[in-house]
Amino acid sequence: MEVEGLKALAAGLCMGLGAWGPAIAEGYVGGQALKAIGRNPEAGDKISGLVFVLMAVCESTGIYALVVSLIILFT
Amino acid sequence: MSGFSDWWHFFFPGASGLNITISPGVLFHLGPLPVTTTLILQLVVIALICSVMISARVHWQKIPSKFQVVIEWLVMAVYNQVQGITGNHERTRKIFPLAFCLFTFILVANLLTLFPGLGAISYGNINLFRSVLADYSMILVMTLIVIITCQVAFIMTNGLGKYLKKFFNFSSPIAFFLGLMDVVGELAKILSLSFRLFGNVFAGDVLMAVVTALLPYFIPFPFFALTTFSSVIQAYVFALLSTIFINSSLDVVES
Repeated sequence: MEVEGLKALAAGLCMGLGAWGPAIAEGYVGGQALKAIGRNPEAGDKISGLVFVLMAVCESTGIYALVVSLIILFT
Repeated sequence: MSGFSDWWHFFFPGASGLNITISPGVLFHLGPLPVTTTLILQLVVIALICSVMISARVHWQKIPSKFQVVIEWLVMAVYNQVQGITGNHERTRKIFPLAFCLFTFILVANLLTLFPGLGAISYGNINLFRSVLADYSMILVMTLIVIITCQVAFIMTNGLGKYLKKFFNFSSPIAFFLGLMDVVGELAKILSLSFRLFGNVFAGDVLMAVVTALLPYFIPFPFFALTTFSSVIQAYVFALLSTIFINSSLDVVES
């Protein structure tokens, strides 16, 4: 196979395999946060602030995959 | 078909040849130092923030104008967020300037380049309005400022002895190993904090470029909204995470 084709394959695999973990994690965080807000609506403001931070933390592995695949594609 | 593509290029000069690069375009060299477009744009962003803030301070009134209300709201919003993490006004006053600075800089830098049409302006082959934060060196410097502040804050509150003991503890093999893990942890903080912001901003840019090149009308709109949303969230997250890091390093460690 040519190098270009291998690069495209590697970037696709990297992003595809790297994206499902954060997706599950963010879904879990969001679901649990909604559960908590449903149980205790007064704490909603505090929880929604934390949710963004926690989602960003969960997202970071996906972002690593993204950075790696972008580097593979564009360098 | 060629007529169609000419028409296409006339309306979308930026989308014609998707030139996506990891490193920003170099305008000219100042001695050995390359001057990039992002450096110039970064100075513009700093000048913008400074002029707005200074003019708000100069025209400060007891009965606030509309402009002053917006600035006060922004300052108080960030202050309350930092206060929510530290729970201590004295500590908040120490951390607030850095957190506010990071938040406003990232916010303005992200939102400035979302201005429609700016991506099409180029000089030669260089995109002049590349997003400031799509330049990894800029983000690395910001992250290093935060992490070094953490180390200095830890030394100021706990002393140099405890700082060294945190990383090199010879009391038992497990403590020694955990200390080495802390060293890796500090380095990982730099990577995770900087890659998160870089990845999000750069991915936003690439996403916009690709979508605009594929389907220029109406379809990019939801992606545009998503990019705007994520650029605000990223400013919030970066400022908040650095506040959390600095706050945790200000705690007094029990030995």
